[in-house]
Amino acid sequence: MGKVHVTIDGIQVYVPDDYTILEAAKEINIHIPTLCFLKDVSEIGCCRMCLVQIKGKKGLEAACVHPVYDGMEVRTHSPEIIKVRKKNMELILSNHPAICQSCTRSDSHCELQALANMLDVHFSNYKKYQETVNQNAAVDMDDGISIQRDPNRCVLCRRCISICNNIQTVGAISAINRGFNTIIGTAGNRGLDDTVCVSCGQCINVCPTGALQEHRDIDSVWDALYDEDKYVVVQTAPAVRAALGEEFGNPIGTDVTGKMVTALRMLGFDKVFDTNTGADLTIMEEGTELIDRIRGGGVLPLITSCSPGWVKFCEHNFPEMIPNLSTCKSPHEMLGAIIKSYYAEKNGIDPDKIVVVSVMPCTAKKFESQRPELAVDGRADVDFVVTTRELARMIKSIGIDFNAIADGKFDDPLGQSTGAGLIFGTTGGVMEAALRTVADIINGVSSDSIDYMEVRGLEDGIKVAEVKIADLNIRAAVAHGLGNARKLMERVKAGEHFDFIEIMACPGGCINGGGQPLQVSDVRNWVDFKEKRAKALYKGDREKFIRKSHNNPAIKKLYKEYLGMAGGMKAHKLLHTHYVNRKDD
Amino acid sequence: MAAANNRDYKTITEIRELREETLKKIGARLGRDNYDGAEIHLMVCGSTGCTSSGSGKLLEKLDELMERDGLSEKVAIVKTGCFGLCAEGPIIMVQPGNYMYTQVTPEDLDEIWECHIKGGSPVETLISQNESEFFSKQKRVALRNCGRINPECIDEYIAFDGYEALSMVLTEMEPEDVIDTIKKSGLRGRGGGGFPAGTKWEAAAKQECREKYICCNADEGDPGAFMDRSILEGDPHSVIEAMAIAGYAVGAHKGFIYIRAEYPIAVERLRTAIGQAREYGLLGKNILGRGFEFDIEIRLGAGAFVCGEGSALMISIEGNRGEPRPKPPRATEKGLFGKPTVLNNVETFANVPQIIVKGLDWYNSIGTEKSKGTKVFAVSGKINNTGLVEIPMGTTLREIIYDIGGGIPDGKKFKAAQTGGPSGGCIPAELIDTPIDYDSLTSLGSMMGSGGLIVMDESTCMVDIAKFFLEFTVDESCGKCPPCRIGTKRMLEIITRITEGKGTMEDLDELEELSEVIKRGALCGLGQSAPNPVLSTMKYFKDEYIAHVRDKKCPAGVCISMLRYIIEKESCKRCGICAKNCPVGAITGSKEEPYVIDQDKCIKCGVCMSKCPFKSIMKNA
Repeated sequence: MGKVHVTIDGIQVYVPDDYTILEAAKEINIHIPTLCFLKDVSEIGCCRMCLVQIKGKKGLEAACVHPVYDGMEVRTHSPEIIKVRKKNMELILSNHPAICQSCTRSDSHCELQALANMLDVHFSNYKKYQETVNQNAAVDMDDGISIQRDPNRCVLCRRCISICNNIQTVGAISAINRGFNTIIGTAGNRGLDDTVCVSCGQCINVCPTGALQEHRDIDSVWDALYDEDKYVVVQTAPAVRAALGEEFGNPIGTDVTGKMVTALRMLGFDKVFDTNTGADLTIMEEGTELIDRIRGGGVLPLITSCSPGWVKFCEHNFPEMIPNLSTCKSPHEMLGAIIKSYYAEKNGIDPDKIVVVSVMPCTAKKFESQRPELAVDGRADVDFVVTTRELARMIKSIGIDFNAIADGKFDDPLGQSTGAGLIFGTTGGVMEAALRTVADIINGVSSDSIDYMEVRGLEDGIKVAEVKIADLNIRAAVAHGLGNARKLMERVKAGEHFDFIEIMACPGGCINGGGQPLQVSDVRNWVDFKEKRAKALYKGDREKFIRKSHNNPAIKKLYKEYLGMAGGMKAHKLLHTHYVNRKDD
Repeated sequence: MAAANNRDYKTITEIRELREETLKKIGARLGRDNYDGAEIHLMVCGSTGCTSSGSGKLLEKLDELMERDGLSEKVAIVKTGCFGLCAEGPIIMVQPGNYMYTQVTPEDLDEIWECHIKGGSPVETLISQNESEFFSKQKRVALRNCGRINPECIDEYIAFDGYEALSMVLTEMEPEDVIDTIKKSGLRGRGGGGFPAGTKWEAAAKQECREKYICCNADEGDPGAFMDRSILEGDPHSVIEAMAIAGYAVGAHKGFIYIRAEYPIAVERLRTAIGQAREYGLLGKNILGRGFEFDIEIRLGAGAFVCGEGSALMISIEGNRGEPRPKPPRATEKGLFGKPTVLNNVETFANVPQIIVKGLDWYNSIGTEKSKGTKVFAVSGKINNTGLVEIPMGTTLREIIYDIGGGIPDGKKFKAAQTGGPSGGCIPAELIDTPIDYDSLTSLGSMMGSGGLIVMDESTCMVDIAKFFLEFTVDESCGKCPPCRIGTKRMLEIITRITEGKGTMEDLDELEELSEVIKRGALCGLGQSAPNPVLSTMKYFKDEYIAHVRDKKCPAGVCISMLRYIIEKESCKRCGICAKNCPVGAITGSKEEPYVIDQDKCIKCGVCMSKCPFKSIMKNA
């Protein structure tokens, strides 16, 4: 790769020759406005916000996709460029409902609003068009189990299409109709719940407006909290604590576990438990399942089932791999089942009065909690799932000064957890947690080398590791992002041998789940926010006194007092499940 | 003639022998004294225009007559491509002698059969009066075989120098020579942009890539345009041959023709032609035994206008929603399936074989300095000879309209002509002597476009015309970029308001501003040119816009909202016929009370005016 000299607004810059004008301008701190552009996800130059003038060219060019060349001279602003950008924005706003005051995005995450501000657009210039908005663009809202789509708020930047089709390879949405009637829709314009959508929610994370958001479960949770008759228990997933702070102005990667627990108490939850404990439980069950399958000649590779987006993806696209999926429920479902059985019995609470609320970094968990096959005796393990974002909204809505409150501690016994449970929140974490436990079980002694660095990291979409434990050579693979999962499954189908595979549906794992705090494209394009969130989890793991799931005293007690053996009869009834072939859905 | 000696191709010698044999067979058609085949050739137009005006029935009837009279030795019936005078279809031309019969009915056919075919004396009363004026100023290069050969018979194409260019290229020329010839010919893209074809070929040839593609754009989508359809219906092999030549020149072995599914006849003839070319080894692994491989696939488009845009067309061929993408990279670097691709339009290709065979001097002698050769136009609108014409570049609009087109019907005055379809603009009457070439049209704010030419007379409202094209653009916008998706829609809302008499002077400024933003901001050429019809009508007919806005009047009397029918009290005899005929009961009156039209109820159908025996009802624009 060579480097080239480019002059932007009179300033010389020397950049790699595969740079775009946008990247070159960034080098000299010129921020060219973008709307449709999302680095490595959507680079299609369709929104026409980043138009610049290249000397010697007649038209204006899109800086986000136009490559640099040696001797190039670029102007990023001129009366003409400003006029075109501004008018373009006014046109977009002329077809956008002015309901900002009740839009969840307007709380500093609406890129459209930010851009309109930046371009100094005036309502008076486009208000004359407003009268046609409703009659022309009134399209039905699709409010599914996990995801809510409002085509009226959509600006057709198509980032959601790119991430759904190119990164996740799910292919649930695309542009339909033409011209002014274009909307982002599904095949046959069905609701997302009736499509191959896996509810991963990555589309929400990349949406610049409020057109995409999670299905709202806040109100049901408030109802339960204010119901005197209910015993409302909350549990929080590992990745939530590594990101929730962003909603309150903390730097990306701030661990806010203590304040989160306090805030949950202030919201009125009767008990605050930790899904990490559920994760430890999952490791006991899944680790046992792995050893059993390897020793007993069962179906290999064993593939993790913690990620509900991945599970649905597998059911749609690789139903032939269903026997490979671990029968283990995901950690919050396991914990929910234990709360409504063991915990209820022990404390003499009627399980029908218990409401389990899961705070998850995930939108697919909403769908998962409603899967009928996950219920025990007709009773759902988890009643409501709210996302990290929804929790932040609840905290804000009752005026808690989040950053000022004291740190709290999870309740016993289901708040005791290990470092292993904590790293569940990022890619490679489930694998590492499982290996820590499996190694000790097989070796029969406690090992000190417990950092499996080869399965960590976000750089590679697919990570492969050979791990030798006693007489066993375990060939393990980790994939994050469904596009990578698809590639890995193709490799398995082509005959490549693996013993154990961890898959997380979202790129980077749960820390970048579809329910996590939003980061606008300006951050996503230039800052590795996933890495920062993951670091918070690994730091927490290092600082934990207990870092292996099987050493969690609460888990030991649970097996001793209630479950018996890992993988035993009772465990199977409460903690395991089965799957559905959705090939023809 | 089957290929000999286990070969799956014909040699150049065999093709040349076949040419001579065929020429002898159809010698009578050419007026030669020395011929083998039938002595009379009845050329029946089988293109879309004449098929819809009934040429199919004539062909059936001719078969019956042939059988009845047993004349199959003497008479040949040839289903041809378009003659061009589509307004007067169905057309039959009797050869030798160029006797052109137009608007032929089955009864006419009986007479022609008896008198002309059997009796030897042409039916003067049925012979077209327009034929000579229509053809005399034309120069048929791209359309050279339309109406002259049976497009479903490869031998007839071969007879008229067909595949001679390919033979020459494969034996006598290096790929660089071919590119050099096309560059020097000055052939420019006939699809709209006018980009030099040779330069495009050269750019693709330079790419070091084993896989390259030749694409033919047959996604003709301008309203009223049918140049490419006619070429493919009348002479499909000329495009196939040219694509093979282009393949040889740039190093491609595969071609795609992207054609709209609404062109069933053209698709069928292309399929037949490709099949025949393969059979003769003119497409395939070892063309003419010269070791060159090239084959062509047809891809059907679903009719989206935007798929005529190069990048959208290729994305559509790849199986995705047809939408343009930003350039660079150009198609010649990364086109179809990410490989270097040459995309030319049908008419551009149709010129290529002739340039090779007849040479640069011949081609350079046609046209103007910067626009060489001819251009095919589909002429429609308010003109007598609606149809397809091919003129040397530099011909004036006046010559097309008055000499070739036979002038404006009903003695009305010429007002303007629209070229370039929805991407083009209008040329007003005062510029009727402009010579037509790429640069002059662009300088007038219009463009050559693919060749649609719509003639408008004094009864045409220019605001209404701009609205028509804008409606088209709004419908056909792909929706990818906001300036086109929302901008054209807003323009249409404004212009609709103006035609309804609700416009303001600020609206005119807003139209201009929106036009500018769309021109500069839209992603693709179609979006960028979408405001052209508005801009050019505003440039030349601003007074009409102002009349609509300020005076609330449509000078041409077209915009219905502003139209008023008024009963003239003085001449009204109070007969009541108008009131009886009014379909909405908008007219009241009696012997005692004068008849008046309630303007709120009136639907402006004009029945009252046509029924009034005393001409007392006036249309007030």
